[in-house]
Amino acid sequence: MSSPKLPPAFAQGGAPTGAPTRITQGSKTKGGIGESTLRPDGILKVTGEFAYSSDMWHEDMLWGQILRSTVAHAEILSIDTAEALATPGVYAVMTYDDLPAEVKHYGLEIQDTPVLAHGRVRHHGEPVAIVAADHPETARRAAAKIKVEYRELPVITDEASATAPDAILLHEGRTDHHVGHVPHPNIVHRQPIVRGDAEQAAARADFVVKGEYHFGMQDQAFLGPESGLAVPEEDGGVHLYIATQWLHSDLRQIAPVLGLPEDKVRMTLAGVGGAFGGREDLSMQIHACLLALRTGKPVKIVYNRFESFFGHVHRHPAKLYYEHGATKDGKLTHVKCRIVLDGGAYASASPAVVGNAASLGVGPYVVDDVDIEAVALYTNNPPCGAMRGFGAVQACFAYEAQMDRLADAVGMDRVEFRQLNAMSQGTVMPTGQPVDSPAPVAELLRRVKAMPMPPERQWESSEGADVRQLPGGLSNTTHGEGVVRGVGYAVGIKNVGFSEGFDDYSTARVRVEVVAGEPVATVHTAMAEVGQGGVTVHAQIARTELGVARVTIHPADTQVGSAGSTSASRQTYVTGGAVKNACELVREKVLDIGRRRFGSYHPAWASAELLLEGGKVVTDGGEVLADLVDVLEDEAVEVEREWRHRPTEPFDLRTGQGNGHVQYSFAAHRAVVEVDTELGLVKVIELACAQDVGKALNPLSVVGQIQGGTTQGLGIAVMEEIVVDPVTAKVRNPSFTDYLIPTILDTPVIPVDVLELADDHAPYGLRGIGEAPTLSSTPAVLAAIRNATGLELNRTPVRPEHLTGTA
Amino acid sequence: MRVNFTVNGRPQEADDVWEGESLLYVLRERLGLPGSKNACEQGECGSCTVRLDGVPVCSCLVAAGQVEGREVVTVEGLADFARQRARSEGTRGSSGGPGASGTSLDEARAWQARGAGPHTGEGAELSPVQQAFIDAGAVQCGFCTPGLLVAADEMLERNPSPSDADIREALSGNLCRCTGYEKIMDAVRLAAARQSEEV
Amino acid sequence: MDFLRPASWEEALAAKAEHPTAVPIAGGTDVMVEINFDHRRPEYLLDLNRVGELHEWEAGEDSVRLGASVPYAKIMEHLRAELPGLALASHTVASPQIRNRGGVGGNLGTASPAGDAHPALLAAGAEVEAESAARGARRIPIDDFYTGVKRNALAPDELIRAVHVKKADGPQQYSKVGTRNAMVIAVCAFGLALHPETRTVRTGIGSAAPTPVRARAAEEFLNAALQEGGFWDNGKVITPSVAKQFAQLCSAACNPIDDVRGTAGYRRHAVGVMARRTLTWTWESYRGARNASKGAA
Repeated sequence: MSSPKLPPAFAQGGAPTGAPTRITQGSKTKGGIGESTLRPDGILKVTGEFAYSSDMWHEDMLWGQILRSTVAHAEILSIDTAEALATPGVYAVMTYDDLPAEVKHYGLEIQDTPVLAHGRVRHHGEPVAIVAADHPETARRAAAKIKVEYRELPVITDEASATAPDAILLHEGRTDHHVGHVPHPNIVHRQPIVRGDAEQAAARADFVVKGEYHFGMQDQAFLGPESGLAVPEEDGGVHLYIATQWLHSDLRQIAPVLGLPEDKVRMTLAGVGGAFGGREDLSMQIHACLLALRTGKPVKIVYNRFESFFGHVHRHPAKLYYEHGATKDGKLTHVKCRIVLDGGAYASASPAVVGNAASLGVGPYVVDDVDIEAVALYTNNPPCGAMRGFGAVQACFAYEAQMDRLADAVGMDRVEFRQLNAMSQGTVMPTGQPVDSPAPVAELLRRVKAMPMPPERQWESSEGADVRQLPGGLSNTTHGEGVVRGVGYAVGIKNVGFSEGFDDYSTARVRVEVVAGEPVATVHTAMAEVGQGGVTVHAQIARTELGVARVTIHPADTQVGSAGSTSASRQTYVTGGAVKNACELVREKVLDIGRRRFGSYHPAWASAELLLEGGKVVTDGGEVLADLVDVLEDEAVEVEREWRHRPTEPFDLRTGQGNGHVQYSFAAHRAVVEVDTELGLVKVIELACAQDVGKALNPLSVVGQIQGGTTQGLGIAVMEEIVVDPVTAKVRNPSFTDYLIPTILDTPVIPVDVLELADDHAPYGLRGIGEAPTLSSTPAVLAAIRNATGLELNRTPVRPEHLTGTA
Repeated sequence: MRVNFTVNGRPQEADDVWEGESLLYVLRERLGLPGSKNACEQGECGSCTVRLDGVPVCSCLVAAGQVEGREVVTVEGLADFARQRARSEGTRGSSGGPGASGTSLDEARAWQARGAGPHTGEGAELSPVQQAFIDAGAVQCGFCTPGLLVAADEMLERNPSPSDADIREALSGNLCRCTGYEKIMDAVRLAAARQSEEV
Repeated sequence: MDFLRPASWEEALAAKAEHPTAVPIAGGTDVMVEINFDHRRPEYLLDLNRVGELHEWEAGEDSVRLGASVPYAKIMEHLRAELPGLALASHTVASPQIRNRGGVGGNLGTASPAGDAHPALLAAGAEVEAESAARGARRIPIDDFYTGVKRNALAPDELIRAVHVKKADGPQQYSKVGTRNAMVIAVCAFGLALHPETRTVRTGIGSAAPTPVRARAAEEFLNAALQEGGFWDNGKVITPSVAKQFAQLCSAACNPIDDVRGTAGYRRHAVGVMARRTLTWTWESYRGARNASKGAA
């Protein structure tokens, strides 16, 4: 078989401000960084052998089932489990009263979430009781027999009801570290950012635009449902096989509730079917462990799609109030904004979402006078937390709409207006933090604008209109009638890594030894591979740093130190950095062994800079000194190290000043849409993206991340929203029938232009990439729809009724 | 109840099947074939796509009792299925499907990223569409992949040189949340191109 | 739960007679969702897959006898000429996988107002062939079939054997609005069939009233307008005012609700737009065919 051409991965960009990374060590080793090597788990995934968490199976295992509240806010008067317990095939039924330890709550940052409801439920679908039985249907029937008596309470659903003087407190007697600075106990966290004097600057503005924006609740909609298998162990502990984003964070929350020391809770990462933030919090982990320990049998829990909508946190819906000003020559004078995020019943990642929304609230622009406030509410709506781009996504939707409106007011081209105000390296953020690495915002806009436009009327064919290429698609709603094209642009800024003083580190254990006559490196981390390709990149880093061909990626588990979360675009940076660091230490040790063994044979061992290339020790001049196999012989060299990025600091609680972020990530989009203006249906024709990635460790994966993130942004723009009834606070569409995510017929061509300007502070100069494309995609699509329809459109997702005046 | 049917060419018998069980559940939990995925169980995502008497269907919506005496091909049998098809058009033959149940813990514990070299697709016995998915970067989390492979393979069987719109239509019943579908398009185009070069 | 596996139509009828609460399952695309999501636990599931004749169709002189289980994919593939409206509707059903399993019998049995086949059947004109062991077969006109939200005219001991759909004697069209470009449940749908032989127009509206309905006032208006203007004979372009009034009357035939899929106001609006467009498409097609046949003559 000859090899047909693969489509070009991406167009390599020049370097207008900054330079690409230069690599010396490992540059001659095949399969190192910068190559599009293939996934090490690819074969298992295409043959169906890859073991996802829901595929786990054990002899004699039981099935766990969760009974969830049918109301959003109520006192629990009684729970009667007798009939459920008496059901043949049922091994255990547990409620709050059966919890074994003093600790009965968990949470990422604030431990406010009950393992099982205690006297009160605070949101629709909250876990009340759990059942283990020998068949999932038996467990379901038994759960249905549990009688729960509720006394319903008034629901808190928005800012007004949350902060009313007589509002019921979602969490009485709060003791968390935010309670001291929030204006109301139903506010999780508040972060102002004040710089310069926005009031005074507003007086200089020739044009001022004000807007109010609404951002809907998005679901991560990862395809692999929450699931796992807990196996009781002989020492009284438990082994959990689980799909998660952060094993050690899970462990920290699970062990105390089980009343076990952490070393008696072993965790192994099972295959993860996507995450996108939705697996940063616990779901069924504790419940499975509780049932396993109670019954002495392995317990498997697998949510179905309905339950999954209740089983994880969602993206915060938000109301955003903005005021922007500009002079008549187009320079931004000031930004004032207030961002109200609905955190739902429990805190989850709300504080971090608030921090991001506030600190990135003006976007990638130079503004000296800023007055921002972001808050997250406690309500009876579904809990919200991490999702790709958390906090920054909501803000970007609003500030980019504002930038278009302001450009129009000034009378400037929308892209030029952005470029005129674009930040660059050296710009000081509203937090007072200078941006100390490339920030090619204007260049990304230039690139995305310079891409060729998709041809007009692609749906026309000799046989008439091809409905598949028209708004409405296969539903045959238009043959061209009412169809208007629109174009929109947007750009965004996202922080990379955990910010605000968090000790954000990762751990890597790297070993090199001779196996079957060949040097082999083994990389062991606790990094959750959720699909992003971290395992691919770790192998590449090991090849580059150690000059070996063979790399084994050890399964992720808690037998090695924490890798931190697979979120916040951080894993390639932080765990990649840890792997690089550990490899470098291994390399030094290997060279030391070489010097010890062979130093006397060749002066270069002492004098030259030595590299490991192609399984050999070579000088930087290319002279081969020894085979790695001969250096190592029977010796294995192993290093385990923690690695940290530069420290950050918290934002001042009054002014928001502080070096809160370690790195920023930028992407720009151009959306081309065709709107059936009569029916309000949208077809996105093309969604071009330009992004600076610092260094593309794996270009194929980089482009895949950008296209995937772009598509999730498209989903928010035109279809995705969890609809919560404003009266009952109940979820109205917990299914893939009514919560729609883009199909392949909704997703356009996504050309990607990748820029590689090194961030000298980061390993290989790389930049975290996963989230930035989700930011600007949504506002670009909205801008294109506005361009096609002339409508204002201040909410997302935009639905047909919003485009046809029938909402 | 008991259900007898053929999976990937091998006769299978499932006992004590609850009448409400789906074909998907029987494959995954009783026959040790968890390759077909349980993403939505309502026919909206295509992750559980298998071929039932040759026709792609959502196995979550087929009652177990309905497959009595019928033939099923899952992603686990796709490579063999494609090989046999290549050998003699129209022949559906046997393959060695796994006999045991589920993914055992030993297997799960022993999980290691396979492949020594940088291009780990080399040397494996895969169908053209499986190989193309790896080569084109169409696999991220991989949960949608089995269903997409079964659907894409069947489309290429019917339509060896599909247009982009044809590919999109044929795969419109398979949701993917990771890739934005671009690399999936690349993979199917690649498989089609390789297929046409072989002919 | 019991799983009944009749091997023939007679056995199926006998089983249904013995267990009137038995839920028939063919493609499974409705029933299995309800079972998987724990919305339904029928005492009996009555599998119709083994009744081979339900998968067959037969084109007669005036109508097609379509077995209840003929999958939508087959209708798209084989009955595009005879049943163009239903073939177009079939193409909008869910996904390729679902179209390989689901059939019109399921749509009729479930009788959801959102079923994709209904507007096409209403517009084409059809009869549902239902049968019970006790009383034998009967034919239910499609106009009398839908009796309420997810209710139909079947007796508890009856099964749907086939649908008799009138063969197209003129152009037919079908449109459906969903908030996604594929694999979507109808927010609302519209079917239209021109019947040049009787010089009538029939319509069907889906998802915009408690049941699938025809826009009778709109049909009557259009029939009269076409007659008066001599349109059937002169083949002129339908005037915008006629199309507009037809669309308004179709909107007025709706009795929709606000739900998570769309607002009532949008549904009314969209039905009007689809009515106007499908009228234009079918009429242009009629004119084209007419002019072509003239040219050939």
